[in-house]
Amino acid sequence: MSISVPAPVRGFFRRHPRLTRALELAVRPFEAASKKVVFGCKMCGQCILHETGMTCPMGCPKTLRNGPCGGVRMDGRCEVIPGMMCVWVKAERRSRWLPWGGAILKVQPALDWSGAGSSAWINVLADRQGKEAS
Amino acid sequence: MTRPIAPVLRLEEAFRSGLPVVTCEIATGDGADPDEVLRRVRLVSDHVDAVNVPDNTAGIVHMAAWAAAALLAREGVDPIMHVTCRDRNRMALQSDLLGAAALGVRNILCLTGDHMVHGDHPGAKPVFDLDSLQLVSLATVLRHGRYLSGREIRPAPALFPGATENPFAPPYDFRPLRLQKKVEAGARFIQTQITFNVKRFAAFMERVRDLGLDRTVPILAGVAPVRSARSARYMRERVPGMEVPDAIVRRMEQAGSERARREDEGIRVCVEIIEQLREVRGLAGFHLLPIHWEEAVAEIASRARLTPARASLSAHVEATARDAGSADARRDDREGALLNRHREHRA
Repeated sequence: MSISVPAPVRGFFRRHPRLTRALELAVRPFEAASKKVVFGCKMCGQCILHETGMTCPMGCPKTLRNGPCGGVRMDGRCEVIPGMMCVWVKAERRSRWLPWGGAILKVQPALDWSGAGSSAWINVLADRQGKEAS
Repeated sequence: MTRPIAPVLRLEEAFRSGLPVVTCEIATGDGADPDEVLRRVRLVSDHVDAVNVPDNTAGIVHMAAWAAAALLAREGVDPIMHVTCRDRNRMALQSDLLGAAALGVRNILCLTGDHMVHGDHPGAKPVFDLDSLQLVSLATVLRHGRYLSGREIRPAPALFPGATENPFAPPYDFRPLRLQKKVEAGARFIQTQITFNVKRFAAFMERVRDLGLDRTVPILAGVAPVRSARSARYMRERVPGMEVPDAIVRRMEQAGSERARREDEGIRVCVEIIEQLREVRGLAGFHLLPIHWEEAVAEIASRARLTPARASLSAHVEATARDAGSADARRDDREGALLNRHREHRA
């Protein structure tokens, strides 16, 4: 499942860059705070939470966005932080409960780091990523 | 390096022949001595189709993989260069792959990379700009003549990208699916983590066959000889993602501490695992990981009757040529015809 925003909405945001900017400034602190508390969000700006079993892949010490590394311990814990459950073990388990859980199989492209810190919500609505977002 | 020596059979062609393929990983020198790399590769080169060169394996700094791989290529051995995402961002990765291709290194194994916390520079900055799957995509994009930016490359590097999978680490159900993702991203061959638990490996391969992946991409099962009970315990307890069943640790303990005896037992266990894996359908061959013990490879190859595809192929060709009593002039034609026949067999 990838979120599709109706063309008129995208168009509206594209036509009004200043309004988009103002909206982002208002939304960003709220988005950052809420997602940080619930998902440990790192504000990468290109949220794929819904495609990774509502588990933020940026919590992985290797920031893997396509699946677990080969170093997951036998008990499912992280090889780097032994006290932490592997992000992808959780993601895989949780994705089974989601009606759109198959989205975990989608090949995720490389993250555009120039958009880090921007609001992923606004980025989705405006259909933008990378430096045009920041 | 004016005259790059072409290997007898490139890894890609070896896979295409449909014959069992053997690869082996060597340790690259812990210094700047090219002879150390060549000494190790000469111990294994007669028994394999291609040799893996690790990239700062276990997070411990060694000679650059592209340099060691280039030394192998010059020696007439087809190298498989490991590329990890740990130390380089997407720009460095692209330039390294182009440079490697220019030095005759085509086969690249795309890995995430062991984290530096386990290595000798735990304070280094982790890069992980890409993950292993995105690295496979990147190699595929380069192969098709574009940079990741979309800019055209002329000429495109003739890369043959491969990937790995570890059937022995959780989440077990997801491992075959992750393999599928890697194949979708463009992986052309697969090498697995070291197999000690054959049962778990067989279960993994069953799922892989259900997904039809064994028919899409050649899969090599990783196998390794254990040298002592101590190293078996070390792998079981200290190497994340490695599964060493207690039975194997016990066998190594029973072999005692006398060197010849424990080493013989280690090779015997390895050969038994190879025999068991031969019963698992869907494998294209074996990938040996002797872990600083390259001397064991010849013994394993002879006891397990492991023959690299290129050796099987030239044996076939010589036999046919002898039967027909023909001259060497037609040898190339025959080799091509044989390759085609094997290809049809496989299809």
